Amino acid sequence: MSDMLLKVENLEVQFRSGSTLTKAVNGVSFSLNRKENIGIVGESGSGKSVTATSLLRLIPDPPGKITGGKIIFEDKDLLKLSDKAMRKIRGNEISMIFQDPSTSLNPVYTVGNQIVESIETHQHLNRKEAKEKAVHMLELVGIPEARKRFSMYPHEFSGGMRQRVMIAIALACNPKLLIADEPTTALDVTVQAQILNLMKDLQHSIDTSIIMITHDLGVIWESCDKVLVMYAGNVVESGTVQEIHDNPLHPYTWGLLDSQITESVSSEEELSTIPGSPPDLSLDISGCPFAARCPFAEEICLEKTPEMIEAAEGHFTACHFQTKEHRLDRKEAKVDDRSNIKS
Amino acid sequence: MTSIQAEEEIVKTMEDKRKKEQSLFRKLIKNRLAAFGLIVIFLLIITAIFAPLIATHDPNTMDVTKALLGVGEQGYLLGTDNFGRDIFSRIVYGSRISLIVGIAAVLFGAVIGSLLGVAAGYFGGKLDSVIMRFMDGLFAFPFILLAITLMTVLGQGLINVIIAIGIANVPGFARVVRGQVLGVKESEFIEVTRSLGAKHRRIIFQHVLPNSLAPIIVYATMSVAGAIISEAALSFLGLGVQPPTASWGSILKDGKDFLVLNPNMATFSGLSILITVLSINLFGDGLRDALDPKMKV
Amino acid sequence: MGKYIFSRLINMIPTLFVVAIIVFLITRMIPGDPASVMLGPQASREDVEALTEALGLNEPIHIQFLQYIGNLLKGHFGVSLSYNQPITDLIINRFPNTVILAVSALIIAFMIGVPAGIISASKQNSLIDYSITTISLIGVSMPIFWLGVMLVLYFSVNLGWFPATGMGSMADGFISYLKHLILPSITLATIPTATFARITRSSMLEVITQDYIKTARSKGISEFIVIFKHAFKNAFNPLLTVLGLQISSLLGGAVLTETIFSWPGMGLLIIDAIEKRDFVVVQSTVLFIALIFVIVNLVVDILYKVVNPKISYSTNKGGTK
Repeated sequence: MSDMLLKVENLEVQFRSGSTLTKAVNGVSFSLNRKENIGIVGESGSGKSVTATSLLRLIPDPPGKITGGKIIFEDKDLLKLSDKAMRKIRGNEISMIFQDPSTSLNPVYTVGNQIVESIETHQHLNRKEAKEKAVHMLELVGIPEARKRFSMYPHEFSGGMRQRVMIAIALACNPKLLIADEPTTALDVTVQAQILNLMKDLQHSIDTSIIMITHDLGVIWESCDKVLVMYAGNVVESGTVQEIHDNPLHPYTWGLLDSQITESVSSEEELSTIPGSPPDLSLDISGCPFAARCPFAEEICLEKTPEMIEAAEGHFTACHFQTKEHRLDRKEAKVDDRSNIKS
Repeated sequence: MTSIQAEEEIVKTMEDKRKKEQSLFRKLIKNRLAAFGLIVIFLLIITAIFAPLIATHDPNTMDVTKALLGVGEQGYLLGTDNFGRDIFSRIVYGSRISLIVGIAAVLFGAVIGSLLGVAAGYFGGKLDSVIMRFMDGLFAFPFILLAITLMTVLGQGLINVIIAIGIANVPGFARVVRGQVLGVKESEFIEVTRSLGAKHRRIIFQHVLPNSLAPIIVYATMSVAGAIISEAALSFLGLGVQPPTASWGSILKDGKDFLVLNPNMATFSGLSILITVLSINLFGDGLRDALDPKMKV
Repeated sequence: MGKYIFSRLINMIPTLFVVAIIVFLITRMIPGDPASVMLGPQASREDVEALTEALGLNEPIHIQFLQYIGNLLKGHFGVSLSYNQPITDLIINRFPNTVILAVSALIIAFMIGVPAGIISASKQNSLIDYSITTISLIGVSMPIFWLGVMLVLYFSVNLGWFPATGMGSMADGFISYLKHLILPSITLATIPTATFARITRSSMLEVITQDYIKTARSKGISEFIVIFKHAFKNAFNPLLTVLGLQISSLLGGAVLTETIFSWPGMGLLIIDAIEKRDFVVVQSTVLFIALIFVIVNLVVDILYKVVNPKISYSTNKGGTK
């Protein structure tokens, strides 16, 4: 068996509403080895969640549609599977947890019922065995009094506990890949760390790979091996966590880094933000999608789409000025000198 | 905020609303079903107004020698009833009763219901509980049964039909309006007005009511459909307008007794009711979607 | 739960009291002398005076009201002049027939309307969705007294499949009983069926965009289970809320349906009594129907709480619905 678990090639996803066509994901490629974690980071609307949801083919259709690319999971192209074969993958080989645990559990069924359902769908266990397994899963995710909690409704759980339940559901069938779509965003800061630690612990015990979707680079540094930085439906930079952390190249990544709250930022230093807002994806964008907000942008950025090049080993970026010949100085990014762009 | 600023703010809100309403007509036209409903309603109003021109015969002239003729016989478009009256002309004239009752009864219910609802919602407290208890009591009677009971007491006749159906409409309007008023009352916009020292009456009639108008209009539209059906039902039971006045319900009542000899009486009178009510409901649905897609009446 | 039911029962009392007042007021609105109206123009003066005395109409109005309430509390509805029977007996005889009709209609409405709404929502904007939406809009606009007459015309008069009027008796066999029941219950079911379809559709459309539906799909369960297990149970509450209103329109519709098919229920009793000018019967029957409606609504409210575990049982939380 090869070490490659997932390979996404040129994934394209579009949403149609009336006569407007939004290109939410525009040719995303990445690969993931077994037991490896990849983080996808970007602002809201960057296409990171759509990318993740597309992997399970859970984009609501209509209005959404996967219009191109390949999703090779082990040796199958998920986009070519029948609906029935796809259902055998979902929750079994690839599971997903979502952003808001308060809305992602069904309010009218007990949490036990919702875990058992997942187990019964994919494993040949009788009801009693499935229940035992579910209780075991609840214990595994650190829910005290699991047996009693088994027959309680989601509204009787706190936010953090609900997310633990979601993790129990997702991991109930020992999936090879777990997609976590902003799993900590809706939680209290103190609970966030607990959930991340839990995911890390569990990953080691069941050998699963994780795709971590987040807008928080801090989460990525903590839990991932590789990073994909997305902007406006495109990957603008990718590489190992080490590389991106120590030597980020794309101006957008710099902007993201600068806008993170870190301990080193003193209260006197103003937290920087990226000026402007992401482009409207229903319009045709020529050139670099980030050009309009980029402090380094020049004529060429508006005219020509930069290609993804390997700037350092295993470190890719798409910027006209970050090539082997060219290098930008990150310090300049702080100076918001945009006078060189014609507006 | 000075009072001039506040006034300007309010005027601006109103203007925004007016702009919204301008596009309302467009939205309605865009919704093809609603447009269809509107056209039928328009045709119906034309029919009612110009009934004497459209009708081919006098609706009440009896001629027993020509009773129960079939479709098209001797120049009677839809044939004749058991008294030899022209069915088509009676249906044309019947549209008048349906429209008059539909509109007048709903107006009656809307005015009284809205006043009660505003009073209950705006002033709250004891007045609210007394009014709403009474409305709950009225709600305990099935709509048509309340109208039937009132008609047995009031006796047949157009005015009485309007009063009976109007009263049956009161609790519905009171509830809708009260709910709206409670919502609007809490909004910042009203608080600003109140802090400026506006009088109750001014607040209610210039601010609260106009702001709750949209759901009231939608509810009223739907209620017209209900009132038309109720009038027909009352006349069908022999409790509506006095014979020989042609009403769709009374034509249907006669038609029911001569179903075998001439099914057209029953068929076409009822079809008129259905098409009218359906059109109003189509229009009402479109109106609701256009005014506020989230609104539920 | 017991506490909730108790507090709802207490809350019901003022409503029932108001209902009684309304019925009392309506009957006192009769212009002229009720006794002579009831007895008709041929009645002798002695008879009118005797009836006036018997109905207690000589007493001042507040005494009359107290007597009326007192009788109600004792379950004493008085005696019908035209039927020569205690009104309580009349109601007891007729009520089950109306219940049979209304329950049959409700079952039809549920079995057809709810699945239609679910299918419509899960195939949103498809041909089948448009068809169901259109048919249900025609359904809610239907003058059922006309539909009843048309059903009689086609299925009784022309085809002779079903009897046009009356209620079969079990003594003639179940088939005959059912044949009598079919047309009236279809007539009465029309509006609730269409309403259920519309409510189910809009409620399902709201539910299927929820996150937990995405969670359910991400588990790999079949679309059938996603829709019927996960979505429908959540879409059920709005249906229960309209159920109360539907009961009201069913009871109203029953008056019309029973008249068309000569179905010997409460509705026909009211219409017959109106023709016989037996206002005491009208008054008592209408009051009884209102009472039934209030009780049914209470049961529906309790059911709502049972189905929906999220709602707390305390009655005055926030005060909004």
